[in-house]
Parts: sequence; C-alpha cells; structure tokens
Amino acid sequence: MSAAPLLSLQNLSTHYVSQHGSRVVRAVDDVTLDLHAGESLGIVGESGSGKTTLALAILRLLPPAARIVSGRMLFEGEDLLAKPDGDMRRVRGKRIAMVLQDPMASLNPLFSIGDQVGEPIRVHEGAGRASAWQRAIGLLKSVRIASPETRVRQYPHEMSGGMRQRIVGAIGISCGPRLLIADEPTTSLDLTIQAQYLELLRDLQRQRGLALIFITHNLGIVAKMCDRLAVMYAGRVVEQGPVAQLFNAPAHPYTRALLGSLPRMSDNRERLTAIEGQPPDLSSLPPGCAFAPRCPMAAPRCATQAPPAFVLGEDHSARCWLAAPVAAA
Amino acid sequence: MSTITPTIAAPAPVSLTWRRLKDFPLIPTLILLLIAFVAIFADVLAPYDPQIGSLARRFRPPFWQEGGSMEYLLGTDHVGRDVLSRLMYGARVSMIVGLAAVLVAGALGTFLGIVAGFLGGWVDQVIMRLTDTWLALPALTFAIFLAAIVGPSELNIIIILGGVYWTRYARVIRGEVLSLKEREFVNLAVVAGCSRAKIMWRHILPNVINSAIVLATLMLGVVIVTEAALSFLGVGVPPPKPAWGLMLADGKKGLMVGYWWLTVLPGVCIMLMVLSANLLGDWLRVKLDPQLRQL
Amino acid sequence: MTALVQAEQLSKHFPARRGLFGGPRGVVRAVDGISFTIEPGKTLGVVGESGCGKSTTAKLVLGLETPTDGEIRFDGADLASLDAVQRRHYRKSVQAVFQDPFASLSPRMRVSAIIAEPLVTNEVVSAAEVRDRVAELLDLVGLPSRAAELFPHEFSGGQRQRIAIARALAVSPKLVVLDEPVSALDVSIRAQILNLLRDLQDRLGLSYLFIAHDLAAVAHMSHEIVVMYLGKIVESGDARTLAHNPKHPYTQALFSAALPSHPDERRDEKVLAGEVPSPLNPPPGCRFHPRCPHAMPRCGQETPTLAPVEGRMVACHLYA
Repeated sequence: MSAAPLLSLQNLSTHYVSQHGSRVVRAVDDVTLDLHAGESLGIVGESGSGKTTLALAILRLLPPAARIVSGRMLFEGEDLLAKPDGDMRRVRGKRIAMVLQDPMASLNPLFSIGDQVGEPIRVHEGAGRASAWQRAIGLLKSVRIASPETRVRQYPHEMSGGMRQRIVGAIGISCGPRLLIADEPTTSLDLTIQAQYLELLRDLQRQRGLALIFITHNLGIVAKMCDRLAVMYAGRVVEQGPVAQLFNAPAHPYTRALLGSLPRMSDNRERLTAIEGQPPDLSSLPPGCAFAPRCPMAAPRCATQAPPAFVLGEDHSARCWLAAPVAAA
Repeated sequence: MSTITPTIAAPAPVSLTWRRLKDFPLIPTLILLLIAFVAIFADVLAPYDPQIGSLARRFRPPFWQEGGSMEYLLGTDHVGRDVLSRLMYGARVSMIVGLAAVLVAGALGTFLGIVAGFLGGWVDQVIMRLTDTWLALPALTFAIFLAAIVGPSELNIIIILGGVYWTRYARVIRGEVLSLKEREFVNLAVVAGCSRAKIMWRHILPNVINSAIVLATLMLGVVIVTEAALSFLGVGVPPPKPAWGLMLADGKKGLMVGYWWLTVLPGVCIMLMVLSANLLGDWLRVKLDPQLRQL
Repeated sequence: MTALVQAEQLSKHFPARRGLFGGPRGVVRAVDGISFTIEPGKTLGVVGESGCGKSTTAKLVLGLETPTDGEIRFDGADLASLDAVQRRHYRKSVQAVFQDPFASLSPRMRVSAIIAEPLVTNEVVSAAEVRDRVAELLDLVGLPSRAAELFPHEFSGGQRQRIAIARALAVSPKLVVLDEPVSALDVSIRAQILNLLRDLQDRLGLSYLFIAHDLAAVAHMSHEIVVMYLGKIVESGDARTLAHNPKHPYTQALFSAALPSHPDERRDEKVLAGEVPSPLNPPPGCRFHPRCPHAMPRCGQETPTLAPVEGRMVACHLYA
C-alpha cells in the first residue's frame, strides 16, 4: 500500500444550504479517505448519513443546493475540485463510473440496449455508431448476457430486472474506468439475482483491476465484497479500516452496535442488541459527538467535544474518545 | 422532517413566514373578499333599490362623464335604475349561484368519483361511461337545454350548473381514489373490520378533499361565466333580479349609441371575479399538491 | 394442541388478460396448492423471491383475497363458510403490519384514531375506554402517550412501525401477519422492531405469519419456515433445522446466496444461474428444474410432492 492512492479525499465537507441560508445541513463533514487501485471500499451508513452525497461529491454531480465547502479530492494525483467542468465531464463515465440503485430508472426506455451501452464509448472516444455497437456486444458478453447479438437490438422493457442491472453495469465499465462507484447496487434485486450480480462485479474487478466503492446500508454486502470499510454516521466517517478488523474488533460504539444488531442465521430466536433512539436530525446536530445521545458508553465530554479521528493501527481509525491514546484522554 | 429546528437562529422565523406568503395572490384575494363583502352587505351599501327605476332619469352616464352626477355614481340604465346598486346586488347573485353550484357539482362529482374508483367493477363502468357521455355534450348548450326545460329561477340555475359540471370532479377524484386504494392503510382498514362505506368516508374522502377544494376554486370561474351566459341568453336568473349576465344583455342595445357603461361595467365585474378565482385556484393547487408542497 | 391457522391445498389464480380486446389468456398461479399450519404462540416464516406467492399467501390469510381452491381454517372454522358472529371473531383475531410504514397509516388521521380504529369498529366502547386503551398500547410499543395527539408524518419510520404494531394489537388478536415489517427501516432501527415483536409475542402469546426476503431475519424470528418457489412450497420445517442444513436445491441456493454477517463466513457459494420464470408459464414438472444444478430427466415431467426428509418436508426427486 505504499503506492499513491487512486483516490484520496482530504477533509472533504459538503453542506446543503437552504434557499435563504437559514438552514445548513452538514451532509458530509470532514471526511478523509484513501482508496488504492484494485481495492474495494464499502461505505456503510443509514439513510441521511451522507453516504450518497459523498458519492455524488466525488463525481461533482451534487444538486445545486449542495456545496463542497472545504477539502481536497485527488484522483490519480489530479485535484478534481480544481478541474473546469469540461475536464470533469471527461473524467465522469470514462475514468470514474457510477451504477445506481434503480436499473429501470437508469436506462432510457426509448433507446436500444446497444445505443445505451455504446453511448459512453461514442462520447468519450468518438467512436462511430457501428463500432460502438460492436464494442457493446463485447461488453454485454462480459456481463454474461446470453446471445448479446440479439440483445443489443432490444429495449429495456424486454429485459428482466437482473439483466437490466447487468446492462447498467456494462455501461459503467464501457470506457474502462479505474473506479466504479455502486450506490445500493442490489437493493431492488432478489437474493439469487443479487448473488449473481455481486459475483459478476467481483470478477470484473479482478479482471480489470477496478477499484470499487460500495455505498450501502447492508453490512452483509460489505462482509462479502469489500477489503475496507468506512462507517458513516451523521455526515462523518466514524470508523474506517480493514473489513476483518472492523468486524472482529470494532472500536467505535456505533460500529459495534450496528454489527450486534444484525440477526444471524445461527442464533435462532436470541435477543438482538438494538440501538436505542432515532437517527439524528442533520440540521440540528449536538455540538459533540453526533452518536452520543444514543451511545451506551457516552461520557460527559462526548456531549460537548467532537472527537477527532484517532489512529488505532495501520489504516484503522475511529472518531471516538474511547479510542483516544491514554495521554490524550 | 417536520421538527427541523434551524441552526442559524436569527433570520429564520421571519424568512420562513415570508416565503410561505410570498407567492400568495394578495390582489385576487382582496378582490374576491371585496365582492363577497359587497354581496353580503348589499342591503346596506347600495344607495338605491336595484329593481325600481324612474323613466325620468334614464341613461344617465357615470359621474365623471358629461351629464353624470354624484347622485348616480355609475349612471342609470334604460329604465332609470341605479347601475351601482344593481352591480352590488348582482354580486350577491353571482356569489350565491357560483358557490352553491360549485358545491352541488363538487359534492355530486366527489361522491360519484369515490364510489366509482373504490368499488370498481360495473359500478365504475356505469359511472365513468355516464361521465364520458356528459363530457361529450357541450356544457353551455347542455345547460341552455336544461334551463329551457325547467324554466329560469335561481335555484334551477344552481341545480343545472351542478348537474353539468360534476363530471370534472368525478374524473379527477376517481383517478386519485384508484391510487389511494392501493395504499396499505386501505388494506389495513379492511383487516380492522371496517365496512366499505366507512373506508370511503374515513380513509378515502379526507385524502381527496384537497383536490376537491382546488378544483372548486378553479371551477368557480367557469360556473360564474356560464351563469352570466345563461342570464345573458334569458334562460338564467329571471329579470328584474339584477344579475351581471342579465345586465350585460339588457345593456347591449345601448352599446351602439354610446351607453357603454351598461355593458362594460358588468363585464369588468365578471372578468375580475373569474380572473381572481382562477389565480387563487392556481396558487392553492401548487400549495396543496403534495408533490410541490416541499419548501 | 389444535392449530390456529390450517391451510389445506390453498390456491389463488389470477386471470391474465391480453391487449385491448383479448379475453383471458391464461392464469397466473400465484399460489398453487400449498398447505401449512400456524400454531398458537408460534411464528411461521415464509421466504422466497419476488413472484413466489408469499404476499398473496398473506392476503389469503387476512381475507383480503378469496382462495380459488382449497381452504383456510381459523380456530377450526373454515373461512369460506363463517356466519356473521364467526366472521367478527375472525376479523378481531387476525391483524396485520405491512412493509411501508409511510403508506400503512392514514396520513390525515391522528395516531389515537389510527390505533383505535380496529377497536371502535369491532366493539362498543366508551371514549374513556378508548383513550385508556390507546395509552396502554402506546406504552406497550414504547411510545410516549402524547404521541396519540400527533399525525403520522411527525414520526420517523421506526416510530411509525411501532404505531402500526400498536394498532394491530388494539383488539388483542391471536395472529398478526407481518409482511416485510422491517425491510423499509434503517438498519439501526430494525433490531429494535424485531426485539419488540419478540417481546410482544412472549407477553401476549401471539402467533405470527412472518414474511420477509431477509433470510437472517426470518431465521431469527421463526419457529417454523416454509420456502416458496413460484407458488409452491419446496421445503418446510423447523427453522433451525432448515437454516443449518437446507435440503432442497433451491433452499440451498437461497441460503447460500444470503449475505454473510461476517467476512469470515465468506464461502464458495453456489450461485444460481438464470432468473425466476414467469408464473404465467411455469415450467412443467418441478418448477425449479430449469435452474436446478441437480436436475434429472424426471424433474421435467413429474411434479415432486412434499415428503419427509431428515425431520422436515421437501418436495424434490433427489430424496425420493
């Protein structure tokens, strides 16, 4: 891991500011993350934890009300925030691609599969329609769609849900990106179809040396697919590190509680350890640690002072006073 | 969600209130309120009896024109009745007929729309085919036809207009009920043991009432214009009762010889009222539409 | 002990139409000849992928759909031939909690009215009794009593699901149908609701029909599990036995496709090829045979019936 990271987020903050500036929602707050080539990172959080905003910020596709207020984003050594819009367009789809949750909404019902899979190739590489179609056939084959020669001529409504999701995947990898961001890629899929799709993504990653970011609320996907995990709560990455380490020895009480609250196949009818309370309101966060009101181990200082990220070992850090080295605590 | 408290304290309450009111159609609302006020207090406000005139003072122009006087501010008509007083009482007729007809149409259409949408099957088929047939008839011609049969009277006009315009409610409300019906709270009401009538009354009706109100505001203008048209054609409010449409009809002969105030003034009144109702309705539609309701 | 719910050869077919003028083209066999029982105080879990008929099964048990064939007995009485008194008894004894807590509460009713609705519909009660009962129910599901005066939109998803549960319990039912009760909730809230449901079952002796696509949640909550594929039960039995050692190839694939709860549980799973065929045209013989890794010639011709295999029932020719 000594090589420079593929993607490096440094103290990135993204806020939503309401029309008259009366409300500020800190959707992403002071996030620092590194992702190396070929690695897969899971970003886990509940709804409103800022995980989707973070993904959109990386692509600079934020809605108008959102602003990146501070921080840096380095991708292959280039500062994405310093790029003019035109250059950013050449990054999106070509070097960083994204697949979204809803495969039906991601495909245009009026264009054939071949046109849609071939579109990024035509846009980014200036290929002609015929040659883009030829490449589309190859891409469909690589996402394991049977008889791709006939499928390219068909339209989204003629495909099943699993096939559509794989076509969205094919569009994602069409220009050979270095990084693929998958936002809740399997929530609308059935279990056996989800398994097919995850296996496909993993194979693509191995064959093409893709780096993957999984945005999900499902720790199971992370357990199955990812090398590293970042847990988000109320806009902050509260803990990050290697997946095995976080699952075996979670340092942040939120991570621990999240893992403990999962029902397992093995423990039939045992009581789950639930997290009490409700997720926080992002526009009125407590001054200290956002998790403090729900934290079983909260100390007085947690309510007033937000903990910084403490380094716990190589590549493992947590924002919790419990993780503070003795000297600082 | 609803309990969001602003983080930057000071300007928030002011700007929130302001934002909510910013697009409020103030002038149309004021106009409607003024018309309503005049209609209610016409007895007190009107300087003369609107139905009694004197041939001695026919065709007096408004006060600012030569020959006019402060005695008859807006002049007099062909039998010497005070135009201002007639306009005031006319407002009453327009308001009563407009509101009552919209109410009749709304009640009938909402009821049929809910029943058709909720019960479905042959009930839906019958009601919707009836609605289609109704919509295929030109509304004004249909209203004239009905009015010619039942004879002119204020009550008849209300019933006729209600009977002509319920179809729009039925259409819109049925569509909403169809989507509401699939919501889980309806299934749960069945599980709870509610009868179908109770589900329609307790669960469906409160959820379509917003749309019915918006529709009512938008229909108000249509109904008033139709009422004026019927009165103009002599099958509406029977003379000598002062209705704006009737005044328009009475005054049209004088238009060629320069008695413009007899037609222009009631025309302006009708236009102002219809325009105001429509603007208010548009605003309400945006406000009450859940899709657009977010700040 | 007699079963609370007993379904015998239950079927529900929906007509499928074609185009503008076409008459019925065929039937969708959403549920096709299934039998199961729910014991008092126990949970029956139903798992399967979309189109397997689990939601239709729930609707049949709730009386929202009438079966095309077969019968459901509730407390020993056939649902199709209830008299007015029995129907009332059945309506009070069976309640439901659905997936979407945003769609399942009437947006224009106060929480107190929502919770009290099954009560006032089925019983003659005074206003004071209703108020007390609502407060008691709110307390039971862990909400403050002032919640009664608020509207549903003032609550978060998890709190709304608690309101839905309180409403379901208002008439002290014997059976609650839980159709995906936690899948629309945030991860940190799911455990709260699952624990609440478990506690209520222990305290009130409720039976549950628990339907979910999250296998771990079903395995966690259920005493018995039935696995459905295209309208038929392929395997059923004790939850623990089934989750630890599934026998039907489809159950095996389903459980192996379930996501691990720990990275160490990553295993070489059997990823199933293909997708669930349309229930309009189910394959002949065993409905699973086109995707089955162990398919034999007879699977395409003969429909296997449920037979006991190692302490559970399996419908598969492998064990014949």
